[in-house]
Amino acid sequence: MTAPGATAHGRDGRWVGAALTRKEDRRLLQGRGRFVGDMTRAGMLHAAFVRSPLPAACVTSIDASAVAGSPGVAAVFTAASLGDPYLLATLDRDEFVPTPMPLLAGDQVRFAGEPVAVVLADDAYLAEDATELVAVDWALGRAVAGLAAAEARDAPQVHPGTSGNCLVDLLMFDDDRLGEIFAGAAVVVGGEFTSARLAAMPLEGRACLAEWDDRDGQLVLHVSTQVPHQVRSGVAQALGIPERTVRVVAPDVGGGFGLKCVVGREEVVVAAAALRLRRPVRWAEDRRENLSASFHGHEQRHRVRAAFDREGRILGLDAEIDCDVGAYSAYPFTCAVEPLMAASELPGIYKVPAYRARGRGIATHKAPTAPYRGVSRPQIVLVMERLMEKAARALGLGPLEVRRQNMIGPGEFPYTGVNLISYDEGSYRESLDLAERRVAEQGWAAERDRLRAEGLAAGIGYACFSERTAYGTPTMSLRRMRMTPGYDTASVRMDPTGEVTVTTGTCAHGQGHETTFAQIVADRLGVHPDQVRLRQGDTDLASYGWGTFASRSVVIGGGAAARAAEQVADQLRTAAAHLLEASAADVELRDGAARIRGDTDAAIPLAEIARVVHFQTHTLPEQVRYGLEARASYDPPGTFSNACHAALVGVDPGTGQVRLLRYLVVEDCGVVINPLIVDGQVLGGVTQGVAAALYERICYDAEGQPVSTTLMDYLVPTAAEMCPVEVIHLETPSASSESGAKGMGEGGMIGAPGCVLNAVNDALSGTGASFDHIPVLPAEVCAALAAGATEEGRVTGR
Amino acid sequence: MKGEGEAGGVTDKHQVQLRVNGTEHELLVEARRTLADMLRHDLGYTGTNVGCEHGICGACTVRLDGAPVRSCLVFGVQADGAEVRTVEGLADGDELSDLQQAFRDHHALQCGFCTPGFLMLAEAYFAERGLAPHASPDKPPPGAGEEPTEAEIRELVASNLCRCTGYQGIVEAMLATARSRYAVGRS
Amino acid sequence: MGVRLKPASFAYHRAGSVPEAIALLAELGDEAKVLAGGLSLVPMMNFRLARPTALVDVTRIPGLSYLRADGPGLRIGALTTHRAIETTTDPAVLAGFGVLPRAARWIGHYPIRARGTFGGSIAHADPASEWCLLALLLGAQIVLHGPGGQRVVPAEEFLQGYYTTDAAPDEMITEVWFPRPAGRAVLHEFAQRQGDFAIVAAAVQADIADGAIRSARVVVGGVGPLPVRIDTAGAVGQPATSQTWRALGELAAAQVDPPSDTHGSGEYRKRLTTTLVSRALAQAAGE
Repeated sequence: MTAPGATAHGRDGRWVGAALTRKEDRRLLQGRGRFVGDMTRAGMLHAAFVRSPLPAACVTSIDASAVAGSPGVAAVFTAASLGDPYLLATLDRDEFVPTPMPLLAGDQVRFAGEPVAVVLADDAYLAEDATELVAVDWALGRAVAGLAAAEARDAPQVHPGTSGNCLVDLLMFDDDRLGEIFAGAAVVVGGEFTSARLAAMPLEGRACLAEWDDRDGQLVLHVSTQVPHQVRSGVAQALGIPERTVRVVAPDVGGGFGLKCVVGREEVVVAAAALRLRRPVRWAEDRRENLSASFHGHEQRHRVRAAFDREGRILGLDAEIDCDVGAYSAYPFTCAVEPLMAASELPGIYKVPAYRARGRGIATHKAPTAPYRGVSRPQIVLVMERLMEKAARALGLGPLEVRRQNMIGPGEFPYTGVNLISYDEGSYRESLDLAERRVAEQGWAAERDRLRAEGLAAGIGYACFSERTAYGTPTMSLRRMRMTPGYDTASVRMDPTGEVTVTTGTCAHGQGHETTFAQIVADRLGVHPDQVRLRQGDTDLASYGWGTFASRSVVIGGGAAARAAEQVADQLRTAAAHLLEASAADVELRDGAARIRGDTDAAIPLAEIARVVHFQTHTLPEQVRYGLEARASYDPPGTFSNACHAALVGVDPGTGQVRLLRYLVVEDCGVVINPLIVDGQVLGGVTQGVAAALYERICYDAEGQPVSTTLMDYLVPTAAEMCPVEVIHLETPSASSESGAKGMGEGGMIGAPGCVLNAVNDALSGTGASFDHIPVLPAEVCAALAAGATEEGRVTGR
Repeated sequence: MKGEGEAGGVTDKHQVQLRVNGTEHELLVEARRTLADMLRHDLGYTGTNVGCEHGICGACTVRLDGAPVRSCLVFGVQADGAEVRTVEGLADGDELSDLQQAFRDHHALQCGFCTPGFLMLAEAYFAERGLAPHASPDKPPPGAGEEPTEAEIRELVASNLCRCTGYQGIVEAMLATARSRYAVGRS
Repeated sequence: MGVRLKPASFAYHRAGSVPEAIALLAELGDEAKVLAGGLSLVPMMNFRLARPTALVDVTRIPGLSYLRADGPGLRIGALTTHRAIETTTDPAVLAGFGVLPRAARWIGHYPIRARGTFGGSIAHADPASEWCLLALLLGAQIVLHGPGGQRVVPAEEFLQGYYTTDAAPDEMITEVWFPRPAGRAVLHEFAQRQGDFAIVAAAVQADIADGAIRSARVVVGGVGPLPVRIDTAGAVGQPATSQTWRALGELAAAQVDPPSDTHGSGEYRKRLTTTLVSRALAQAAGE
């Protein structure tokens, strides 16, 4: 990826498509980023939480009397003293068991790290000192710390009234032909595919600064969040106050990756404390809290079988998907988001004629889960890509051929799958073909052979997949969430000097929307992106907006902004037509002026139009008086981007270490708004996916104690673990988005785990061993290679 | 001027005098207050961010008497009499340094939280390597040695964590800056 | 569950000299600790797993950062940073003790090496750490100063277990002395990510003449509370070939009984022992 700065006039005079350097960068590079932890207020108190050391316990008493005299302490709150507030996420489904999440645990704690009290003090050090003085008596209970333990007979139930700790159990698809299909198939492959619990690990943890604004009669919360309006709704719900009395502002946010697209309890506790004390309160999550007592994701077990015919065509697919979702549903997505998305999207890019899928969310005495980047797609892609490899092996066919046999092909779009999802035009075949060609061009196979000759193990792996993005309310409504996300709104306004302000309900936390939205709007209005300012992350800007997650923002937020900008463009053209005495149809907006098409002399600067509209408005026709602004919403059906990943890994038999040597992404996200930003999202996502494949896992011991509580245990990859990644773009414009763009923020994370796992398995071919789980760790790779070709090894599948 | 603190307990405070980006400061701090917290909250240099408080992520990297340090592992009192450099001191007014501009050109930041740590890490390393930004024209930069390589820079970048970028832009930005300064030093 | 991440209170003292440091340590008692680079101590304090009542900051004591040839041996000042060793151009160090600058590269990352100290590592006594292994391999002597004067302790007596040494609370390490040249010595270690603490590490020294082993010393760390000195008597006279290195690797694995933890099982650590010892010996022979 090379990136020499901005071009002066975009691509063909348009800003969409230009590798414009980001507007955000200047202040961030100068250390002028404003994160919640940077913000202070007069009289501000710092919050620190008292947390349960036990995964399952009754709180028999809390005695905070020793804290009262502690230096600098202003207050202590428990659940009871706050009135037992809670967050409640619900689905309108009988198969779902709602689990209210108390802001502070009352008499039951359900995971180690669950907060039971909060101390407010003059500084963070004193607050932490004071937490040690809160005396809590616990009655230890039995904990279930994994799926097997949770499902066992006589297992303690994390929540009363459940059976097998099941919080959601939905047979989403069924087909009574499957029995016959499997019985008569040439080959049946399958296995148990598992992925470890992960932590999103943004460099900035969660944080909240809450204060009561007397003049506006509002609780104002500055929150490190991806979803300001949803935080507002959660706070309003939990504290029983109207939403208009809460304002949530996201300042600069140091990464989210889904951790911050749910509402955390601590943020709401801080809000409640500020409301009570009528003093500003700030909390910044520390890294231990972030790794052990926050939200996790991706801990899934897929028991899947697939039937294939002799030619390698898939005939049927049967899946039991179980997700270890921890102790509570997170607001508002609920714990059902992972199992139901997995069951819904498993077939992916492949044409599956008969399908059965059951998705379950199982509660355990561990931290709750939030939709971490990829949300089940990394898992389902891993499953399908492993199945393709196993089928190929069983049938003696090339694994890429088996994929091609089954992929939705050119000419077959839009394709409605057996899972009732409509896949719009993509380049599944083309991206695989191009990846295969590029891998050959670059001589990966020869490199693999050379490494093998040197005594290393080496392997090449692929993963092909699509990424569902930017889906609006109708599609989201199928989830049956009480709060249905999807649409978004934007406004565009031109000020008297011709400068433009865009507001959006989306909320960037690294995705560069200040730049990409400016590019989109600049094209519509004929201005330079430097003249367009984006305001985002503030609930006062829009009645409702859904924030940034699920790869939605550029399409939905950008689409709404484009529509609003188009309306303002119409206003400008109409005003210009009047001022230039022409027809509006002949006016075009370009390079900061309104011009008559074909007449180079007839032009009027947009700034001049703006001046007249605001300061000489009486001289204009009624319909373009008083201002240049518009508001618009956008609610698209959704669109799929796609990619093919390929990886070459080298494996050291003596240590089992897997080194990433080459990585290729051929991706298609439709029209690219800004190639720099798209590449950046791919690279960051791939790195997180490689991390999931080889390095990261959040471990709990059998008693439910978290083990991975520091960065010495949770191994986030550094630059040394990554090789340079090549990214090639195809462009299949989306027919269902304003700009032709598709979302793509999660693709890197979706494809990389399956791709790397396939590469590792290719490296192990010949040993008889293969792995169907991530992360694959050096110890087991070492053991598998040592066992060698003479042993049966752990072959999975039939 | 060093103050005597009371032994033990919450009240062990010390007078600290230091220069941050060339500006003199004097303040009274508790012994246990980390340099990171002292810079951010007592002196208002909030550019440096805190990512882990156990010395792994490197987001809090500043320069203490030239050397790179994880300011979460240094106590403020230890900076008494020292010269501290933070991200706020890199730009010349509103003009970005060559390194900062390279970060921009190569999309080496997304959320920006880890960025100040990487910038200070790079400048500390470059200074040791003889690639300080304003080499004096009359003497060759000491220890300029060999042309900076991708492998060398990637190993340097491995010192700190970034979750957004996948590191590639950061490696490219630092390498471009190192090479360009090396070329200037050689000419 | 401890979720603290701010240190508890302590009294801070800065020593301007070794006698001052010792006097402070003696006065402040057992719960006072020496603060050097702080890279091991301060994270523990931030987690509140370590709660010293006082710290004696020795980082500004002059004259404790040096690499000084002394006859055939080498003396390293306690405050010498890993980076200073890594980047030394001193021909005496490179000639007789090249293993030290090379081994320094395994330690963390550049900013860690720029602040962490040799003496700090020895005092911390992590049985998988590079300097502890090399101190044992090369028969280093630890020089301590205390109220009773100077004391010199062989490394194998000084290191007593996980994070445990022979140093009294009122003593500080001032120097580590390597009396003899390192010869053909190599340190090799493995961690999943570059720069992490070693899961297993092997330090070896081989004396080879006429294609055969005259003597071989092997020390393995990460396999118990102390590095293990492998009995290599059987290696004498063996040919200096890859089969021999492999056999010695397996011999070493057979002599260790590593515990299991989240970073590696006992069985895996044995495998790593075989790999690292044989590779280190091959490298030492190839020098």
